[in-house]
Amino acid sequence: MRVMAQMAMVMNLDKCIGCHTCSVTCKQAWTNRSGTEYVWFNNVETRPGQGYPRTYEDQERWQGGWKLNRRGRLSLKAGGRFRKLATIFSNPKLPSIHDYYEPWTYDYATLTDAPAQEHTPVARPKSLLTGGDTKITWSSNWDDDLGGSKASFENDPVLAKVSTEVKRSFEDTFMFYLPRICEHCLNPSCAASCPSGAIYKRSEDGIVLVDQDRCRGWRMCVSGCPYKKIYFNHRTGKAEKCTFCFPRIEVGLPTVCSETCVGRLRYLGLILYDADRVLDAASTPDDQDLYRAQREILLDPNDPEVVAAAERDGVPHDWVMAAQRSPIHALIQTYEVALPLHPEYRTMPMVWYIPPLSPVVDAIGETGEDPEDQRNLFAAIDALRIPVEYLAGLFTAGDTAVVDSVLQRLAAMRSYMRDLNLGREPDPGIPARVGMSEEEMYDMYRLLALAKYDERYVIPAAHAEQAHSLEALGTECPVGSGPFGEGSGSPVPIAVENFTMLRNRQTADTVAAPDDKATRVNLLNWDGRGIPTGLFPPRQEVTETEEVGEAGTPDTSDDGATGPGGTGGLTGGADYR
Amino acid sequence: MNTFLWVIVPYLCLATFVVGHYWRYRYDKFGWTTRSSQLYENRLLRLGSPLFHFGMLGVVAGHFVGLLVPESWTNGAGLSNHAYHWGALVGGLAAAAATLAGLVILIYRRRTVGPVFSATTKMDKLMYVFLAGVILLGIWNTVSGASFLFGGHEYDYRQGVSIWFRQFWSFHPDPALMGAAPLSFQLHAFVASLLFALWPFTRLVHVFSAPVGYLTRPYIVYRSRDTQLGNRRPGRGWEPLG
Repeated sequence: MRVMAQMAMVMNLDKCIGCHTCSVTCKQAWTNRSGTEYVWFNNVETRPGQGYPRTYEDQERWQGGWKLNRRGRLSLKAGGRFRKLATIFSNPKLPSIHDYYEPWTYDYATLTDAPAQEHTPVARPKSLLTGGDTKITWSSNWDDDLGGSKASFENDPVLAKVSTEVKRSFEDTFMFYLPRICEHCLNPSCAASCPSGAIYKRSEDGIVLVDQDRCRGWRMCVSGCPYKKIYFNHRTGKAEKCTFCFPRIEVGLPTVCSETCVGRLRYLGLILYDADRVLDAASTPDDQDLYRAQREILLDPNDPEVVAAAERDGVPHDWVMAAQRSPIHALIQTYEVALPLHPEYRTMPMVWYIPPLSPVVDAIGETGEDPEDQRNLFAAIDALRIPVEYLAGLFTAGDTAVVDSVLQRLAAMRSYMRDLNLGREPDPGIPARVGMSEEEMYDMYRLLALAKYDERYVIPAAHAEQAHSLEALGTECPVGSGPFGEGSGSPVPIAVENFTMLRNRQTADTVAAPDDKATRVNLLNWDGRGIPTGLFPPRQEVTETEEVGEAGTPDTSDDGATGPGGTGGLTGGADYR
Repeated sequence: MNTFLWVIVPYLCLATFVVGHYWRYRYDKFGWTTRSSQLYENRLLRLGSPLFHFGMLGVVAGHFVGLLVPESWTNGAGLSNHAYHWGALVGGLAAAAATLAGLVILIYRRRTVGPVFSATTKMDKLMYVFLAGVILLGIWNTVSGASFLFGGHEYDYRQGVSIWFRQFWSFHPDPALMGAAPLSFQLHAFVASLLFALWPFTRLVHVFSAPVGYLTRPYIVYRSRDTQLGNRRPGRGWEPLG
C-alpha cells in the first residue's frame, strides 16, 4: 500500500441552475488572454447535448483515454509511444478550432466612428483568428437549455447509446446541467500522451499541471484527454489546462469556480488512495465494474492502518485529519451518492457528480401526483428509464442499477426530511429501505442541503513552512534594504503563513473593534484628568456613577474626541495605530 | 576571399548557433515550441507536414552519409563509386521530392489559410526564405549529380566538400577545397551556414526537442510541488529544511 492524497471535487447536479457563473469567473481568472479565447477550463453543458468541444464523448472518433488491448493490458486508445512519435508531425485525432468555435469579437469602433448615415451603425462580428468578418455559428454553450436541439441533439454520443424510443421522447422528458472542469485523474491519459513529459501529477495533492517551460506544443495531450479538457493556446503554441486553482488550494482557499458557485453545489476535499492499485483498478476487464474498482482503491482515512501508512508515506498529519473530515470521502464512500464521470475512459477521474433527481421529480409533478411521496418517487425511478439510462451512460458506463440506488437514496432523503420539516413523525422505514440509518440520512441531508463554507470546502494548506518569512514580515522591510535605495529589493513572498495572517488581520474584528476593548487604555488622548476606562479595574459598588464620569471625560478634553460614550472615544484611537 | 567565405563565416555562424541556442534556452524556454498551427487547418497539414518532415529526416541521413563517411570507407566496404552515386541519387531524389512537395504544400497553406497566415511572424518569413533557398540549391546539386548518367563529368563532392566539412569540425579547414567546388555547391553551403546562424532565433529550435525520451520514460510523471511559494527564493541561509 502506498498512500497518496488527492484533492477532489464533487458536484451536486440537482442544485445546478446553469447560470455559468463558474465558467465566467474561471475565465476571468485564468483564460482572458489572447490565444485562449476559446479555452474554457470550466464549462457548463446542457444535457442532453453535444458538449464542448462538440461530441467529445465519442471516443470511437476522438480516441481519447485508455483501453484494454488484446492481451488485456491497459494501453492508450490512440496508440502507444511509437504510434505517437510516428504521427507527431500531424496529429490525426486533434480537434480543429471548428469543433470548438472560431473566437470572435465585435467591431465596436464602428458604433462611434461611423459617419452620419441613415441607418444605425452596427458592430459586426470579427474573427479573432483572421481579423476578418465572420459568421458566428457555434460557441461553448450554443445549445444551452436545449436551444437548437432539434438540429443538434442527434449528435449527443451518450444519447446515441440509449434506446431509440428514449431518443424520440427525450425533449419532453428531461434536461439538466453538467458543469465540467479537468478531472485531475489518478491515471491521466493526457500526461501519458505527452511526448515531452511536461504534464505531471503533483505528488502532494494530485493536481495535474502542464509545465509551460517544458511543453513543446506536440498536441498529443489534447487528443489523449477523453474529456477534451486540455486546450492548445494558439498564440503561444503551448497546452493549457484547468489548474484546480492550485495557488488558492495551496493556501486553503476553494477554487474560483467553487467559491463563486451561486448554487453552492461544489464540494472540495481530500481523499486518500492506494497508488499501488491504480493500474490494477484501471485494468478492470468489464467497463461497468470500473466504478466499483475506482471506489475500492480509495482508502478509509479513519482506519488506523491507513493513518499509519499515510504517515509512513509522507502525508502530513493535518492532511490525514482533513481527509477524515472530507465531504468528498463522505459523499463517495459513506453515503455512496457521488459517481465519476465516464469511468469507462479508464483514467480514474477525480471530479465526481451526484446525479440529479430533478428529472424524476419534475416528471411526477407533471402527472399531478405528489413528487415528495417516497412511493411515487420509488415507482418513478423504476418506471422512468429515460433519465436513468442516460445518467448511467454518463456516470456508470451504462450500469443502471448503480444510478437507481443513488436516486433512491436521494428520493428517500427527500421524503424522509419532508416528514421532519412538517413536524410529522419521521418514518424510519424510509432510510432502512435504502440501507441507511436515520442518523446517517439526516447527516447526508445536512451535508447536501445545509453545509456551510467550512464543511463544503475542507482544504488543508500546503506545507512549505517559511518561518523566517513570518518573523521577517517586520524585519525584511524593503526600506533601504535593496542595492538601489529605498523600496528596491524584492517584495515579501506570498506564503501560506503570511497569507493566512494577512487574511485574519483583514477579516477579523480585532483591530477596528478589539475584543478586549474593556481592558485597553489609550493614553494618547487622555489629558490627565478623569479616569479612562480600563486604567483601573472596575469598582464594584459604583458602576453607575463611573460611567457618567467616563462620558464626561472626553467631552472636556482638548483633543476633540467626542464619542457617543467614553469607551468609543478612547478606544477609537486604535484606528490610528 | 576563400578564407573569409569558408573559414570565417562558417565559424561565426557556428558560434551564433551554439551561443544562440544557449541564450534562447536560458531566456526563452516558454517560447521554445513548434508553434503548431494544426488547430487552424488540418486538411493540407495532414499531407504536407509528414511529407516535409519525413523528407527532411531522409535529407539529414543523406547528408550524414555523404559528408561524414569518407570515400575510403565505402570503398573498403566493397561499394563501388558508381553504385554509391546511384544510391545517393535515388535516395536523394526520393527525399528531395518528399521535402519539396511538403514544402510547397506548407508554404501554400501558410499563405492562403487566413488564420495561419496571420499567425506567421516576420522571423518565420525570413526563415522560410533561407530554408527554401537551401533546399532548392540542394535539390539542384542532387539533380546535377545525375549528369554522370549521360557520361558527363560529375563533381565528386566526397573529394572536396566532404573533406572540408570534416576538417571544419577538427578546426583545420582548407578553404581551397570549397573554393574549387562548383558554384551551386558553394551557394548551398553558404546559405546553409546563414540558416544555421538564424536557427536559434526561429521556431526551428523545436528540432532539438525531438521527444525521444518518451520511448523510455514511464507514462505518468509525478512531480513534487515547488517548495518555494510565491515568486521569490528565500534568502541565502533561510531555505526551508527537509
